[in-house]
Amino acid sequence: MWTHFHHEADIGVRGIGHTREEAFEEAALALTAVITEPEAVTCTDSVTVDCESADPELLFVDWLNALVFEMATRKMLFSRFHVEFDGPCLHATVCGESIDVARHQPAAEVKGATYTELAVCEDEPGNWRAQCVVDV
Amino acid sequence: MDTSSLTRISEFEWRIEPQGDMRVPGIIYASKDLVQAMDEKVREQVTNVASLPGIVKASYAMPDAHWGYGFPIGGVAAFDAEADGVISAGGVGFDISCGVRALHTGLQRADIEPVKDRLADALYRTIPVGIGSHGKIHLDEAGMDAMLTGGAKWAVMRGWGEEADLERIEEHGCMAGAQPGAVSERARKRQRNEMGTLGSGNHYLEVQEVDEIYDPDTAKTFGITAGDMIVSIHCGSRGLGHQIGTDFLKTMVTRAPEYGITLPDRELACAPIGSETGQAYLDAMRSGINCALANRQIITHLTRQVFAEVLPKATLTLLYDVSHNTCKVEEHVIDGQPRRLYVHRKGATRAFGPGHPDLPAAFRESGQPVLIGGSMGTASHILAGSQEGEALSFSSACHGAGRAMSRRKAYRIWKGRQVIDQLREQGIVIRSPSSRGVAEEAPGAYKDVNAVVDAADKSGLARKVARLKPVACIKG
Repeated sequence: MWTHFHHEADIGVRGIGHTREEAFEEAALALTAVITEPEAVTCTDSVTVDCESADPELLFVDWLNALVFEMATRKMLFSRFHVEFDGPCLHATVCGESIDVARHQPAAEVKGATYTELAVCEDEPGNWRAQCVVDV
Repeated sequence: MDTSSLTRISEFEWRIEPQGDMRVPGIIYASKDLVQAMDEKVREQVTNVASLPGIVKASYAMPDAHWGYGFPIGGVAAFDAEADGVISAGGVGFDISCGVRALHTGLQRADIEPVKDRLADALYRTIPVGIGSHGKIHLDEAGMDAMLTGGAKWAVMRGWGEEADLERIEEHGCMAGAQPGAVSERARKRQRNEMGTLGSGNHYLEVQEVDEIYDPDTAKTFGITAGDMIVSIHCGSRGLGHQIGTDFLKTMVTRAPEYGITLPDRELACAPIGSETGQAYLDAMRSGINCALANRQIITHLTRQVFAEVLPKATLTLLYDVSHNTCKVEEHVIDGQPRRLYVHRKGATRAFGPGHPDLPAAFRESGQPVLIGGSMGTASHILAGSQEGEALSFSSACHGAGRAMSRRKAYRIWKGRQVIDQLREQGIVIRSPSSRGVAEEAPGAYKDVNAVVDAADKSGLARKVARLKPVACIKG
């Protein structure tokens, strides 16, 4: 499950899942939802994303920033995410399509993920939350 | 924000007394209504900034301050390198040197009205706008380095503008000390095809009418009279600046312990000014400033092309170009002594007062034009830097209205088509690729910009000169 949470000027993105992987995947969907409706993004092309950080929270920010970079340089939007962890490393396959302005009506460009309201935690057993504010 | 824990110094000045780790007080310049409308997080962020090493005098919040990341948006803080001062990527923001450029057109409303739609269409066709757009200029590595070193001066040398433009741009169009070698490969890659693009969110190009003059003498010096048509461009350093912010926020967070900096919150990531990280950030951030100046210069060139085609009698000359997300080295007098300070302005506009040596000769007596952006249906303002601003806030003022509600809430309340139709009834034409983007940027989603500039004026940060109302708006 993903949600947006309140921030006065920007937007908070939050992913919730049974595992840390799922929480990261859901937060990525929340990131897409800042820009467009995720269900409008079809899955035609895959991209692999790799990040590394010993700190799980910094790794989360790296993950979102890697997606921002891929979206910006490939002019793509993503709607499906598969995340795996290997120690401090994150390996992901993300799937989406080229931006179609008429169909996607992209609203605000995400400039980057911030350390504001940053959290990666297991609130209760089997209930993970990954969140931060992104600058738009 | 609850005002009960603030000390009210005057009608428009509120003080957060030093407590805990604060090295200096916090000062908020705003009316009571504006302070009460501010999020409690603004107080928290002003307080946190006040605890950073080497901060001088106070941690300031402008009348449009709102909750940012690390520093508040509308935050001003100066640091002294010789007192172990720091530099902060969060104190500048992701959109390095985002700012406003205003152009005279030499036209009146009656000249534009009959061709308003054709003009808006031509601007929208010519200036790349919104997510997924790209410019016609593609930079190779050498071109990228030249742009990052030269800024608007580089753009003029390439034929995108006139030599006279440079006089009316901060730093004469070229930020000294930029070192493109400090800009990462990822930042360069994000910028390769983005020169001359407007971006999205609250960025825009507007054709505006001067609808009220508050200070006729200064307006005359600025070259504006009631009824004049102005073009305003609001955008920044695009993907390159965003990536520099991303890169250095992380470096500053991870290296803070090495530098003996204890961060109350990671979002305050910073580095000593003299450290390797601090210097590398300055090198890259100054390159980002040049990218923003070059970008606004290229958009100016494209705008001139459009006017030459649609309204050939127009002459587009620069009124001024000023940024509101920067860190600049400036000399300020503290306790009677001149000191060299690193002044962070995040969502705050530099506002040099009369007599400042860095101002172009034309503004030496009036003070610097301070350009305050509006939002499609609401007014923009031109102010002038004041003499008192130096002592009040290191010569800084507000930068805009600030959001009153989240994007998602605005999208729930308004539909893009409805906003466009309502604005058309008011005589304002909108061109945007995104209906959702227009809804999220609806004028009602912003605070009252008039209240913000009134507070800036009455607190002495800057003097009101003129109000502009939008006629046509190109939006991302």
